[in-house]
Amino acid sequence: MAFYLTLGFVVIVLGWLIVTYNGLIGLKNQVQNAWQQIDVQLKRRHDLIPNLVNAVKGAMQFERDTLEKVIGARSRAVSAKGAQEAAAAEGQLSQALSRLFALMENYPDLKSSQNVLQLQEELTSTENRIGFARQLYNDLVARYNIKQQVFPTNMMAAGMGFGPADYFRIEEAEKGSPRVDLSLN
Amino acid sequence: MRCPSCGFVQFDAPRCKQCGARVPIARPPDQPVGLAPGLSGTAPPARPLRPPQPLNLYDQQANNRRKTALVIGLFILLVLFLGYGVDRFIIGFSKGLWDVSLFEPSTPRSSRQVAFPMATVAALGVGTLTAWLGYRNGDKLVLASSRAVPLSPTDLKARQLDNVVEEMAIASGLPKPRVYVVPDPDPNAFATGRDPAHASIAVTQGLLAMMSREELQGVVAHEMSHIRNYDTRTMTVTAALLGAVLLLHDWSARTGSWRARDSGEGRAVGIGQVVLFVVWVVLVALAPLLGQLIAMSISRSREYLADASGAELTRNPLGLASALRKLRDATAPTRSISRGTASLCICDPLHHPLDDRKGFWSDLLATHPPMAERIRILEAMAYAG
Repeated sequence: MAFYLTLGFVVIVLGWLIVTYNGLIGLKNQVQNAWQQIDVQLKRRHDLIPNLVNAVKGAMQFERDTLEKVIGARSRAVSAKGAQEAAAAEGQLSQALSRLFALMENYPDLKSSQNVLQLQEELTSTENRIGFARQLYNDLVARYNIKQQVFPTNMMAAGMGFGPADYFRIEEAEKGSPRVDLSLN
Repeated sequence: MRCPSCGFVQFDAPRCKQCGARVPIARPPDQPVGLAPGLSGTAPPARPLRPPQPLNLYDQQANNRRKTALVIGLFILLVLFLGYGVDRFIIGFSKGLWDVSLFEPSTPRSSRQVAFPMATVAALGVGTLTAWLGYRNGDKLVLASSRAVPLSPTDLKARQLDNVVEEMAIASGLPKPRVYVVPDPDPNAFATGRDPAHASIAVTQGLLAMMSREELQGVVAHEMSHIRNYDTRTMTVTAALLGAVLLLHDWSARTGSWRARDSGEGRAVGIGQVVLFVVWVVLVALAPLLGQLIAMSISRSREYLADASGAELTRNPLGLASALRKLRDATAPTRSISRGTASLCICDPLHHPLDDRKGFWSDLLATHPPMAERIRILEAMAYAG
């Protein structure tokens, strides 16, 4: 009797271990996949920017400065090494782009050009995709981390070689909204 | 209140009595309807709305999932009870196949017939089979019957739709569904396909022309959520159960001889049996209506769920709220979308005049919850965070 009880207990524990391990592996891969997805969309952004710059260059000659900032930010983002540096460079690129978009509003010629509108739509979509890919990544990280931290998985997760995944944090520079000086002087 | 198109003055009616145009009435307080001076005294008072419950989108989702599970459980119980009655009171009497002992307590155990719930199994089987066929090929049928054409992203708006679908696929972590356009000027959209890998989203030309990018994103997020929540599957299960209920009703109504048999052999029938029998008869008589009501209730809770999980994808409930407002004000019915597809659409393609109010009847008989209520919940979500 005692033998069968022990056997039953061992089988249950083993079954639980297998299910937990597979569940965590599945989530871990989803997290990695979501991270890849962010990279895919960043790459798409890098590819689109030169086209946009070429399309608006003629009409926006007086905004050389802004255009050069976009191009510079792009090349820094493309050549960035490591997650930290890449995140900073991408943040600067986002800022430069949003400034370019804002300035484009001043050029009616651009807004009536089908080509520019197409490119703008593609870039808007890419910005959204990057945002949604990050959102999915962070949601999956939250699920992965929670799953490791709840009882009774928390007793086993570290032992089986799982650890918490890092959230994608928006850089402080990107988060801060531009300061507006309203003083009258 | 004045009709917006012809100026005819009338009271609380969904359509103008003179020209038939849709009259915006009983709005939630967000869009106060201007009253002609001098009429304000006689105008009906604004419908009081319940104070908004601050439910965030996760609570909303959990609520609706629970509700679906509960209602489907109820539906299954109904089918089982109806089937039990048919097996018991019709087949049991005429062929002695099902637990005769309850009516003849003296029958020895050994002489009982094999108890096999024939009718229940047959009804569920036929219902499941027809629903299964619809499930396998339903998407092709639906797309063909609405004359949907695959989207060719040539012009700007079409590119935008394609991009928005891609964005929502990324946000939900699912493969990108195929995108179709339905050549119909009335705004509507639907999702179909048996699982995320075989899913399609179709929007009408009218919707594409009418919605801003943000609103389009809300609509696509709603449809993507139908796919993510496996609503085609849920509605297939519902259709199978509804089919079984209707079959059981038909069989009972056609046989018709059970009344005579019951009274003829009435010996040693306990009061419990009589009550059971009466309840069963009432339920059989009401079965088609009851089944339809339950199916509609499931459809509505899936709509609320898709609204809430759509908000989870975009994190912007107000985009969909604004799209729903435009859909509510669209007048013509969506002709190219047939009735059977209704529960997959973003709004009822038939545009029942009941749509705008939340009342007892609109609650019971509609595939979709009232627009005002959906908008209210989405806006509450935006503030509940």
